[in-house]
Amino acid sequence: MATETAIERPPLEAKSPFEMRVHLGEDVPETDVRSALKTGDMGFLHSFTTGSAVDGPGIRLVAWTTACMFRCQYCHNPDTWTLSNGIPVTLEKAIDEVRKYSNGLKAMHGGFTLSGGEPLMQDRFAARLLSAVKQMGVHTAIETNGYFGDRLSDDDIRNIDLVILDMKAFTRAQHELVTGGMHNEDVLEFANRLAELKRPMWLRYVLVPGLTDIPEEMEAVADFAASLGVVERAEILPFHQMGKYKWERLNLDYKLAATETPTRDGVEKAIAIFREAGLDAV
Amino acid sequence: MSTLIMEPEHKPAAKKSSAFKPGLWTKEINVRNFMQHNYEPYYGDESFLAGPTKRTTAIWKKLTDLFVEERKKGVLDVSQIPSSITAHDAGYIDKKNEIIVGLQTDAPLKRAIMPNGGLKMVTNGLEAYGYKPDPKVIEIFTKYRKTHNEGVFDAYTQDVRRCRSSHVLTGLPDAYGRGRIIGDYRRVALYGVDRLIEVKKAEKLSLDDQWSTDAIIRDREELSEQIRALGELKEMAAKYGFDISGPASTAKEAVQWLYFGYLAAVKEQNGAAMSLGRVSTFLDIYFERDLENGTLTEEKAQEIVDDFVIKLRIVRFLRTPEYDDLFAGDPTWVTESIAGMADDGRPLVTKTSFRFLQTLYNLGPAPEPNLTIWYTPQLPEGFRRFSSKVAIDTSSIQFESDEIMRMAWGDDGAIACCVSPMAMGKQMQFFGARANLAKAMLYAINGGRDEVSGKQIAPPTEPVKGDYLDFDDVVDRFDKMMDWLAGTYASAMNVIHYMHDKYAYERIEMALHDYAPLRTMAFGIAGMSVVADSLSAIKYAKVKVVRDDTGLITDYVTEGEFPLFGNNDNRVDGMAAWLVSTFMKKLRQFPLYRNALHTQSVLTITSNVVYGKATGNTPDGRRKGEPFAPGANPMHGRDSHGIHASAASVAKIPYRDAQDGISLTTTLVPTGLGRTENDRITNLTSILDGFFGTTGYHMNINVLNRDTLLDAMDHPEKYPSLTIRVSGYAVNFVRLTREQQMDVINRTFHGD
Repeated sequence: MATETAIERPPLEAKSPFEMRVHLGEDVPETDVRSALKTGDMGFLHSFTTGSAVDGPGIRLVAWTTACMFRCQYCHNPDTWTLSNGIPVTLEKAIDEVRKYSNGLKAMHGGFTLSGGEPLMQDRFAARLLSAVKQMGVHTAIETNGYFGDRLSDDDIRNIDLVILDMKAFTRAQHELVTGGMHNEDVLEFANRLAELKRPMWLRYVLVPGLTDIPEEMEAVADFAASLGVVERAEILPFHQMGKYKWERLNLDYKLAATETPTRDGVEKAIAIFREAGLDAV
Repeated sequence: MSTLIMEPEHKPAAKKSSAFKPGLWTKEINVRNFMQHNYEPYYGDESFLAGPTKRTTAIWKKLTDLFVEERKKGVLDVSQIPSSITAHDAGYIDKKNEIIVGLQTDAPLKRAIMPNGGLKMVTNGLEAYGYKPDPKVIEIFTKYRKTHNEGVFDAYTQDVRRCRSSHVLTGLPDAYGRGRIIGDYRRVALYGVDRLIEVKKAEKLSLDDQWSTDAIIRDREELSEQIRALGELKEMAAKYGFDISGPASTAKEAVQWLYFGYLAAVKEQNGAAMSLGRVSTFLDIYFERDLENGTLTEEKAQEIVDDFVIKLRIVRFLRTPEYDDLFAGDPTWVTESIAGMADDGRPLVTKTSFRFLQTLYNLGPAPEPNLTIWYTPQLPEGFRRFSSKVAIDTSSIQFESDEIMRMAWGDDGAIACCVSPMAMGKQMQFFGARANLAKAMLYAINGGRDEVSGKQIAPPTEPVKGDYLDFDDVVDRFDKMMDWLAGTYASAMNVIHYMHDKYAYERIEMALHDYAPLRTMAFGIAGMSVVADSLSAIKYAKVKVVRDDTGLITDYVTEGEFPLFGNNDNRVDGMAAWLVSTFMKKLRQFPLYRNALHTQSVLTITSNVVYGKATGNTPDGRRKGEPFAPGANPMHGRDSHGIHASAASVAKIPYRDAQDGISLTTTLVPTGLGRTENDRITNLTSILDGFFGTTGYHMNINVLNRDTLLDAMDHPEKYPSLTIRVSGYAVNFVRLTREQQMDVINRTFHGD
């Protein structure tokens, strides 16, 4: 394979997405990158971990891809925005790595979660990897912002047991404010499509004081999610500053440098809003 | 294939035990058979449990005040009467409010001296805490009575002495009680002492036909000692106003009888580990009977268990500061084995299994007794979830594979110390020490010279030549070095146990065993992950050596990447498994004292810090003096892909070559385990199901944040009962040395 030489790299030693990774895929030739994106023969990964208990049901293997089209103000892993910051990994190798854990994942009522970055920036890689994992009998999940949901065929979607949808906002203006100018029509459309296909979903909403803790906005998100009828759980993620150092080291303009983490009370209130809408919120 | 066992006819036995279903146990000493006929598994959850009574809380408060004083002084008080089963008068915490009675000496937390193991341990221990040793005791044990310690040094070889002082062998029980022998204390309750004496007399008589060889003479003498000890046990109970010559008739009596058996053992021996066995499900039979009769309520039942556990929490031995370096936090390893499955497929979980765990709520978290769950995914869900909850809330319990241990030793086994399984009353072990295999690897490279002192320790060979290490060359040298080390180690162990039997025989513990039990000799290794990573570096990267002026290789420069143990990578995990199997094979070459069966453990307790301190730079990049990882753990921070990968690596160590246990200590961050309490319980249960559903052997679980530990280092007074699992046991975090605290803090926190 043409890319074989380019993938001789250090192992994916980052402990978690909170470790800074840059430039690891930079020397992959442009043509190989393009072909990889088109075929999914190769993907770019930031890191992976096992034993995660907070990325879907049960104990899971989680891989984080690089590349994202959003520029969320509260992003805690801005090094995952750029594709070439990740390590190039062949589809085959990724599948083999998951296979090593397949029995354990089943025994632990868990599965495999592909997260990012935005995994659908590498939609062919994502779809093929999830399909292969599904064939092992392992539960599959994807954590996505939903913007490129239309890149997945209905068959692709059926290979994903759980979609964890990160909803940034409901109103367009708020969505643009949070994500650096991206609209959310496609996100809502994707959510509706999942509902039509009756695919199980979890919702994630990041609670940032002064940015996303607007009751009306949360109510709108919650009502929309509840109306889908397929959202099994809503997770309110309190904003934290673990990614701050990355913004600084990447010389990016971090607007939330002075933002505090939400209070316990603030989190409880947000959870109550989602529960009010009829969602199982935690 | 099986022997036909004739069950005796069902006829009512004498006295109150008539309510029990008879079986083989009425004909012979057979506690397991009694349990199998009479216990009822419990499949529910914890909702039936009762909280502490006012009485319990008051007694515990009294003791916690004494703990504060004890912590300040190191030891609260010492009795200088050489201890024996009957040496001390009855002692109480609060006589009229105690339900289960009996103390090691005449006052709580007052430590006894046991010079039979070694006088030096006693005098050093006394002096370390500001006591002047009684000259009469010194005279007796120098002039008239030889100790185990003296006997051992009379027979040690030069090689053993060298290995001992260079620390390539550390922790040899040559100056104190060896421990790790569990009397089947349940026998006292079920049969009463008279019946046990009768059986021992018959066993002794059966040897009259045997020719008087060394072995038979020793057996006869030991049986006589056992009979004598059983008599003393009755005498001791009488001091507390109990006649235990007959069987116990109520739950309270059963606990009291059983505890007297255990108490006699800890009055006579300061073994490194004085474990309790498997008592909770046995006792449940009595509790259930009393509850059914209406003579007991749940609250009262729990109160009895709480009071018993209080007694187990205050077992103390007088030890030296050097001992504390090896095994920190004053551990006694009152290990109690809970749950597991019976051979017929019923879980051994009973309500009393729950009641024992409940003590961690009623009395608060604590390191002792060392509650150990024999775990399998087959256990009832209610119990698995409650165990997970207790682990999350208290970080005080450990889990071991019921599947592996039951296959090897049967369904009535118990853990001695941390991870050593044995069949109750039918098996004992000769415990001892660890070989520092990382150091042995450095000896192989340096032609047998010590990398720290430069002294020639092993027989001299040509040291490694050239600037770079060659994998095949190093493995070849290491293999030969392990032959020599294993032989020296086995020789030391033979000497130690010969002398221990001779001068400090565990009379009462062995009286609660069958005649001629299975004896294992439990060797141990330290530095497994350091060796695995070093061999990986030599094979997959380039390792350049650095020599000092004398030609001694004292450092290594490693160029390039190499796989690290703890990431589920067979290239290096295979090296760890190879090391364990190879050293075991070496040990098996040497015949052992009393034809013991060779076993070994991969367990360090807190001694990983001391081993690291004594070991120079290693090719994996570990610096001189840095701690090893505990037990079979990957090196700190090198298992970088989460708990599943880390545990999968450790689960590859083959149990058949480490039958004394393989220890993994894990720390999980609470928020990493799930977003809600319910999620956390579900997820920890899943982790345990996954690990013990495969070949995982042991998992020590901590659920805590690094910040909590850092805060506890600075403000110990805020965390008097902060308990953490270290390696096979638990300690009060604030009682660790600063060095050991740092070692715990530097470990991998999964989900951080």
